[in-house]
Amino acid sequence: MIQLTVNDKSHSLEIDPSMPLLYVLRNKLELNGAKFGCGLGQCGACTVIVGDRPVFSCLLPVSAVGSRNVRTIEGLGTADKPGALQTAFIKHQAAQCGYCIAGMIMRAQALLDKNPHPSEEELRSHMEPNLCRCSTHMRILAAIRDVAGIRQDVPTNHSPQSSEGD
Amino acid sequence: MGRRALLILAVLVLVSICALAAAIMYEPAYAPIELPKQASFDASIRARGARVVALGDCAVCHTAQGGKPFAGGLPLLTPFGTIYATNITPDNETGIGSWSLEAFSRALRKGISRDGHQLYPAFPYIHFTRIPDQDIAAAYAYLMSRDPIHATAPHNKLIFPLNFRPLVAFWNLLFLKDERFTSDPRQSPEWNRGKLLVDGLGHCAACHSPLNLIGGEKTGHAFDGGLIDGWDAYPLNQLAHADIPWTKDQLVTYLRTGVASEHGGAAGPMLPVTRDLATVPEEDVQAIAQYILSIQKPGSSNDTTATVAGNDNRNARNISPGTVMFAAACASCHGEGSPMQSIGNRPALSVSTAVNAKTPRNMIQMMLGGISWHQAERVNYMPAFEGSLTETQMADIVAYVRATYSKKPAWAQPEKMVSDISKENAQR
Repeated sequence: MIQLTVNDKSHSLEIDPSMPLLYVLRNKLELNGAKFGCGLGQCGACTVIVGDRPVFSCLLPVSAVGSRNVRTIEGLGTADKPGALQTAFIKHQAAQCGYCIAGMIMRAQALLDKNPHPSEEELRSHMEPNLCRCSTHMRILAAIRDVAGIRQDVPTNHSPQSSEGD
Repeated sequence: MGRRALLILAVLVLVSICALAAAIMYEPAYAPIELPKQASFDASIRARGARVVALGDCAVCHTAQGGKPFAGGLPLLTPFGTIYATNITPDNETGIGSWSLEAFSRALRKGISRDGHQLYPAFPYIHFTRIPDQDIAAAYAYLMSRDPIHATAPHNKLIFPLNFRPLVAFWNLLFLKDERFTSDPRQSPEWNRGKLLVDGLGHCAACHSPLNLIGGEKTGHAFDGGLIDGWDAYPLNQLAHADIPWTKDQLVTYLRTGVASEHGGAAGPMLPVTRDLATVPEEDVQAIAQYILSIQKPGSSNDTTATVAGNDNRNARNISPGTVMFAAACASCHGEGSPMQSIGNRPALSVSTAVNAKTPRNMIQMMLGGISWHQAERVNYMPAFEGSLTETQMADIVAYVRATYSKKPAWAQPEKMVSDISKENAQR
């Protein structure tokens, strides 16, 4: 029997201890926000927060979670009452196909929990592991900047800002 | 009378010692120069310089994480404190923009800065004495032609009295032999070229040799393996004793791509070395491999060291939880039949140098930090597990992998190793 706390709710589950956390969330708890992307820790679609760290849930055995609280996108808000990041992602229309978004938001949430006002550099380096096949990265970053209180118009060394939102 | 004479003698001896010490420690400043115009260097010499600088791995140490190439700032943790690599872009104020070729050459061969201060021997000038004059001139032309970057390295944090730079002069008396390269007519030109590159520019022994108490390379133990930046630099003279002995082809491929299908992928400080070597003509790397394979020690690798635990127990306590961890965290890439095993000649764990090594250090470093994305073509990427797996869980995986994929005896106290290495990394 595995004890698992997800979004502050505890569950007792009769499951294989080596089952990846992602499968438990989706198939046992019906929390379908986190997605299966690559299964290799390369894309970040499965990102959830475990304890205070963003992790690839496709590569984390459920028995490795222990007493740490798991937070998923479902814990941040609902369709009626979206959380701050969710609201910003809607405002900036940051999703195209939307497959990566739950992972993007959870990785961003982990950063903001630790550091509510990161710099542009910190934001970019923190978000680096998560990929978006549709290339909406600029809108994703814009949405997170809103919540983090980072100015949208500050040019960086990394990329031209002129194409933003196009 | 006798006592007075003795006193005078003592004072005289003391004064002479002080004078001698001062003479040993003193180095003149070389006059600053105006930064030479790029056009003053022949394009072919600059191109040759790029090759020399790549073979010398200059960028590996002189580039901070996320920093501009050659602008310095990378911390090097030594037993004596932390040294920050300097800016070697031609910035007048913070780099080498005011250095003449003579000053540059003296720095490479004698470890003296343009203004006369001693450089710390983390900079491998004891090896660079062998670099031919024309290669130094080419490297100078290349570096002086790059864009200057204004960047000051943080102050070194060294223990007393080593923070007093002139003392390095005495270290130099012991270790700076001013050795030049002489070719061996009994060997092939390729071997000679390889020896020149390995012992000189490449300074392979600087990382791949054990150091003595005062940070000099242990005499008679060159290439026996060392420790650099928290990673084991494996012995280069036991490559013939790997389960599958290294071949020249494997070594060349490893050095140029970062992956050897029969031994594993480069990581840690070796990864940027392989990226540098990817840019030089293959003949240079062929020569390096030729020479390295000629310095193999007879006999087999000896694994009965203190870090190895009893043969039978194999950390049995860890293996069962390790099986569970491995199944979910590792098997999708490293398990049998996984994509990583079936695509692109990726090495199996059973042949991995890290899995078969004397200590689990590099395996633990790879699990903690992963291998970040680099180069589009040949990617040896691995996600980092620090923070998602606990130290105990990582130790369980270490024990399981060693027991399952290596024929070597179990490593002692993997959990302590994980914990110690995490703490070391936190200081970086």
